[in-house]
Formats: sequence, structure tokens, C-alpha cells
Amino acid sequence: MSEPGTPIAVVTGMSAVTAIGVGLETYWANLLDGACGIRPLSRFDTTGYPTRLGAEVVDFDSRAVPGRLVVQTDRWTHFGLWAGEQALAHAGLDPAQLPGYALSVHTASSSGGNEFGQHEMQGLWSVGPQRVGAYQSIAWFYAATTGQLSIRHGMKGWCGVLVAEQAGGLDTCAQAQRALAQGSAVVLTGATEAPLAPAVLTCHIASRLVSTADDPQRAYLPFDEAANGFLPGEGGAMLVVEPADRARTRGAHRYGVIAGHAATFDPRPGSDRPPRLRHAVEQALDDADARPGDIDVVFADAHGSRPADQAEARALTEVFGRCGVPVTTTKAATGRLAAGSPALDVVTALLAMRDGVLPHVVNVHRPAVDLDLVLGAPRPARPRTALVLARGYAGFNSALVVRAPEPDPRHPGSTEQGTASSAQ
Amino acid sequence: MSRAAVTGLGVVAPGGIGVKEYWELLTAGRTATRTITHFDPNGFRSRMAAECDFEPAHHGLSPQQIRRMDRCAQMAVVAAREALTDSGVLGEAPPERIGVSLGSAVGCTVSLEREYVVVSDGGARWEVDPGYGAPHLYHSLVPSSVAAEVAWVAEAEGPVTMVSTGCTSGLDAVGHGARLVADGQADVVVAGAADAPISPITVACFDAIKATSPSNDDPQHASRPFDLERNGFVLGEGAAVLVLESPEHAARRGARVYATIDGFANRCNAFHMTGLKPDGVEMAEAIRLALAEAGLPASAVDYVNAHGSGTKQNDRHETAAIKRALGPHAYDTCVSSIKSMVGHSLGAIGSLELAASVLAIHHDVVPPTANLHTPDPECDLDYVPLTAREKPVDVVLSVGSGFGGFQTAVVLRAPGEATGE
Repeated sequence: MSEPGTPIAVVTGMSAVTAIGVGLETYWANLLDGACGIRPLSRFDTTGYPTRLGAEVVDFDSRAVPGRLVVQTDRWTHFGLWAGEQALAHAGLDPAQLPGYALSVHTASSSGGNEFGQHEMQGLWSVGPQRVGAYQSIAWFYAATTGQLSIRHGMKGWCGVLVAEQAGGLDTCAQAQRALAQGSAVVLTGATEAPLAPAVLTCHIASRLVSTADDPQRAYLPFDEAANGFLPGEGGAMLVVEPADRARTRGAHRYGVIAGHAATFDPRPGSDRPPRLRHAVEQALDDADARPGDIDVVFADAHGSRPADQAEARALTEVFGRCGVPVTTTKAATGRLAAGSPALDVVTALLAMRDGVLPHVVNVHRPAVDLDLVLGAPRPARPRTALVLARGYAGFNSALVVRAPEPDPRHPGSTEQGTASSAQ
Repeated sequence: MSRAAVTGLGVVAPGGIGVKEYWELLTAGRTATRTITHFDPNGFRSRMAAECDFEPAHHGLSPQQIRRMDRCAQMAVVAAREALTDSGVLGEAPPERIGVSLGSAVGCTVSLEREYVVVSDGGARWEVDPGYGAPHLYHSLVPSSVAAEVAWVAEAEGPVTMVSTGCTSGLDAVGHGARLVADGQADVVVAGAADAPISPITVACFDAIKATSPSNDDPQHASRPFDLERNGFVLGEGAAVLVLESPEHAARRGARVYATIDGFANRCNAFHMTGLKPDGVEMAEAIRLALAEAGLPASAVDYVNAHGSGTKQNDRHETAAIKRALGPHAYDTCVSSIKSMVGHSLGAIGSLELAASVLAIHHDVVPPTANLHTPDPECDLDYVPLTAREKPVDVVLSVGSGFGGFQTAVVLRAPGEATGE
């Protein structure tokens, strides 16, 4: 990423769809307010399910998605279409005014159009092949959201889709940076997910990694003594990324810079070689030309199982020293959104820089790890550089460094923080 | 892009497991399409597929691996093992310098459907019974598990990911792998793709949009790219893996280089999820960019390995794109579609086509387009009908087109050309 001639990738627009709020500012206000989106699942009858909780997005109105597309796409793509449109608007961009080849969209997906796919399979197996509709071929597969966003906004540049469970949500931000290096002027990136239909939840349950607790406030407790698994949630985030020069020239607000990225993979189970999360962190810092002391906050993967939490804490301690950096996570509030969470964490990190506050981890009171967790209430701070982590089943690690934007050279006295507050 | 060298190949294909069998099938112009045997296809509009005669236990997979992995992962692992052995790279690079870039359009759908039928008791219930979920069901839900399985085989601890851009996944995954090598993020990338989509749900979804051929009474001749009588594609399955290395790394260890990947570009048509405009503008743009990246003029292209799916729309679209990008040279070069023989294995086919392109360079032989008996006036290029052709092949252009509007072009070059600099 730091290759000479590579454009600096700045984030100029953001959006969020989560169980604690649909829309960027609603989500952010509720996160700081300590909201928790985990609640009994309402979209189907969970009688007989060992897991009956999740972080459903209950106040998303699918009428916000253009009518024809509602029936042609899965709920995951509904979120993606809406969030993509919001992020472009937030960036003050009208894609129709830009040449198609200069526009790209890169998303991640971990499991595609779950509910839509189950519905079509039910038709097939209960009635017959003639019950499978024409849209199954375009709604279920992992590229559906990227394809629909490309068509909707006339994005004819390099478009792509990565699949690496959680890690894909960060890897796709790195793809956005590569797309800029190849000449794209605007890249829409991020991920949304909707894994709360019966068949997909059954797959999660089979993994034995999901929580079976009944109390929504005690069900997903990453890093806590009582950690007993995670809960999946719906939603995610989309971001608009542009070259810094272009954003500056058009006077766009710059929320931050995608400064560095690295991805690694753990040795196979049973190997005596060490896990590789630490190396992803170190390589991402190198890529961003940053030292551990530069990092002001870590948005953790926060799996919520004891061994995974311990492994993450160990990697962070090895790089940053004991309690060497504030660590937080959005997932205890929003549920674990697969590829959606890391994208949301990038957005959250940039909002934390904008407003000078670190969001806290809700519901966690008795940490089982030796980390400087942000607990109890948001912590005032002036974060300038943040590290976002993501791990994916079974062995994916990804790390992304984001930085507050440089002050505008035309107004050397101003900082982006100042610009932000005056823009409010 | 600085180049990535191809130093190993592995293939699981309809009509033959292994590179040798695959190349014999392609150069003989033999077709591997047949009536579906994986399930009872009665009641479906298209009842044919290019199936692999693939028994995972015969290829060294253990009972636990077989239980854990979807068929598509099994094929990916077998192809990866062949490619790694072929390249001799194992033990030659530290694990942290090895990456994986694997493509798949639909992932583990065979397992997901099989298990869905159980937990829903034959589609009887919306609120399925999680008590019947198989232990490795989550492995099937997230297709990235296929990339993980390949990473374990390759002992890869560098960047590992899955690229899933529908039917261009196999080209895009190898292109992404080549970029990881070119960017210096890995010295070795095990790149390729796998799909095993021959199951009722996938067959039914293509039935629903009439994308597949209904010529069920003559399966061997049903996949007819560029032929006037073409009436849709025939579904396939399989996997292909290419070992990519930086040319310096390959040279240092004295590896045999089959070819280099010199150009890779993507465009989207932003038009329709499944439809194609006849003008081929965006695919032509991808071709132009890939050639520019390779530093080659259109006239250098010795062979175009076509997407050639055999749908009315695609073959017309693609012919227009090739003419638009290559100009008069479009009529001088040769173009062929191996989908006529091995069907359309969705995301996997792009990597199978790249393997065929590498072999075309290696052997100086262009595989034919089988079943092309009646030329279509709208498809008027030299499609190498029926019979393979011996000719010097130094530069191959491989193109693909996928649901979602993805258009991809990859340029491969004979290794001698690469070492000339």
C-alpha cells in the first residue's frame, strides 16, 4: 500500500445498517448510548432451537429498496443496496455524473442469500423444480450484491467479491485501495449480511460456536469470564473510498485514510507452529508505516469464546505490551455480522476519530483477559490511528490500519477534526 | 503488473482426473457431457451435465476429509496436490510467503442442499430441525472453507482468500493471485477455482431462466458454442489449480515455468445480472486493458480461449468484443471454447480454461471447439472447429463473462518471452 505512486485512499462516505440503528448517525448515537441489539429472534419460530437470540435488524424498511429489486434479491442485498446508496449520498456523490469505468464496487460476503435460497429450496423439495423462480440464479450467489450495486449505479470499473468469513470484510477494503491504484476514481466497498433464517442459523448452531444463553444482556460477552460463544447479527456497512487528491479537489469531507493492510492464515489444526494473527497486525502496521505506539485504539475480532479471546489478547499483548492500547468491539452490541462487522468497525473507528471518543464494550463487566478494554462507558480520547482486526473460520486473519486524514495543505492551521465540527 | 510465473498445474475435470487426461480429452476433441447421474434428473428441463468420475478416496483423501469437505473442496484439494507436486514448490518457500487465492461461484451448495433436505424433512418445514444438522454444516455454509482446505494442503500462512465473482471467479482468482505475487505479498500463490454445482437446486435455477440446453436426447452434442444450433450451456463441475510464483523465486529454485501471467483486467457491464448487450463494449475494454498491461499489441494474440458458453447471447456478445478489441487481427487469430467438451462449471471453468491456455502454450496446440458443425453468420471468427490445431502459441488471451455483469481478460505468455527482459 505504501508503494510509490499509489494514491492515498481516503474514506469520504459511510453508512451503517445494524440492530442498534439503521443509518450512520443513529447507529453511532445508540452505540455510544450503550444499546444492545441482541434480542429474541422474531422472523421465525425458534421453538426447539438451542439458540433463540440474535441481533436482528428490526427497523429496516425494505420499501427503501427499489421495488423491483426487493423481490429479485435476498435481505442481505437489500441492506447492501440501501447502505451503498446512503454511503454515496453521504460522500456527496452522484455516480450518474461520473464515467462508468471510473467507478468500482468491491464487497465481501460470507454466506450469500440465505433466506432467499432456503425459500427456493423449500419450493423445489416440497413441490418440484418448476417452483424454483428465475431470481434464484441471481439472488443466492455471493456476487449478488456487488452485481446489483454495479448495475444500479452504473459502475463499470473493476468490481469484485471476496469471501473469507469475517476477514473478507477487511480484505475487501484493501481491494478498494488496489482499485484506486488501477485508476478507479470512486470505490464503494464494505459488506452486509443476513444470516438469521432457519437453515442458516442451523448451520451456525452446528458449529457449536454460537451462544445458547437466554438472557440477551448475558449472551455474547467477548473477553468476559462468562464468554460462552457469539451471536450472529444482521447488517454491516458500506464506505466510499477515493484518492485523497480527488477528494480534496472536490472539497469532500475526508473521514480518514486506509493506511495499511495485511492478511495471514493460521497453520492447520494440530500444527505446532504459532497462530498468525500477530503477524497480520505487524505486517499491517509496517504497511501503514506505523509503530505499535502510534495505534490509539484496537477494534478487536472479539469472538466470544474463551480460547479465541485468549489468543487474540495474546497477539495484542505481544505487539502492544500488557494493556498497551485501548481495545474495544462493536460486536457485543450489534452481534457478529461476519464480513459486515469489520466493515462496520472501520466506519466506527473513523467516527471515533471524528468525535474524539472510544465506544465501550456493552454488557462486559468481568474481563478474563489482560487488556485495556473500554468498559462501562465511552472513553473520551483523541484517536488518530486505529487498528481493526478480523478473523475468519477456519484460520483467516486480517488487519487494517486507518488514520485520521492529514490537515488540508491549503489551510495548514485546520485539522480534519475542526473541519468535521464545522461541517456538522 | 510484473509477471507471475506458472510453475505447476493440477486439474480435476469431466472426462479425466489429472492434467494428462484433461489435455488428452481436450486435444482429442472428445466431449464429456452426458445425462446426469448424480441425481435423478427427471422433471428438469435440462437433464445433462459434464460430470467428473471423481472418487475422493481414490485420490488420497481420508475418510474424515471426505466427511468434512463438500465435493467442490475435495476437487480443489486433489487439484492443488497435483499442482504442488508438479511444481515441486513445497518446502521451497517459508509458509508465511505462500498464499492462496481460490475461486468458486456457488461454493458448497451440494452439501448445503443435501443437509437442507434432512433438516427440513424434505422441504416440509420452514422452521427446520437443527437437531439433524450435520457436524460440519458450518464448513459448507461458508465457502471460504474451501480456500482453508487448500491452504492446509499448501502449508500456506500468507494471504488466503476466496474470490467469488460468479462465472468469472476462476479467472479472477488466478488474476488476484498473480497480483499478490506481483505486489510482493507472497512469493508463491496457489491459485485456482472449484465448483461442483450438479445438484437439483442449481439445475433448477438455470432451468428457470432457460440458460441451459434442453437437447436432452443428445447430451454429447448439446454444448455447441458458436454453432447456429446452440441453445444454452451444459452445466459442468471440476477444479483447476495453478501454482504461481514470482519469476525471481521460480528462477532461484530452477523451477520449470510453463507460462507467465502478464495481463489481467476486469470491467463490468452495469447492464443486467444475466443479460448481455450484443456490442461487447465492456469485455472489449477489459481485453484492451489486459493487453496494455502485458505490453502487447492485439496482433500478438495467437489464441483466444473464449468464454464460449453456447448461449445465443453470449457467443454473439463475445464475438463482437473480440472484434472490437483485436480489430482485423480477430480474423487472423484462432478462438475456441473448451466448454463444448467439459461443460460450464461456473466459477471453476475460468481456472480450467487458464490451465488449458497454459497447456496450449506448453504444447503449441490449440484445443478445438467441439460440436461446431453449422457456422452462425453472427459468429464469423476461426473457432477451430472439431479438431485441435498445431501452431506456435506464445500469447493467449483468456476471457470470461459472468452473472452480475463481470467481464474479465487474462493474458498469458510463453516463458521464453518473459526471460527476454
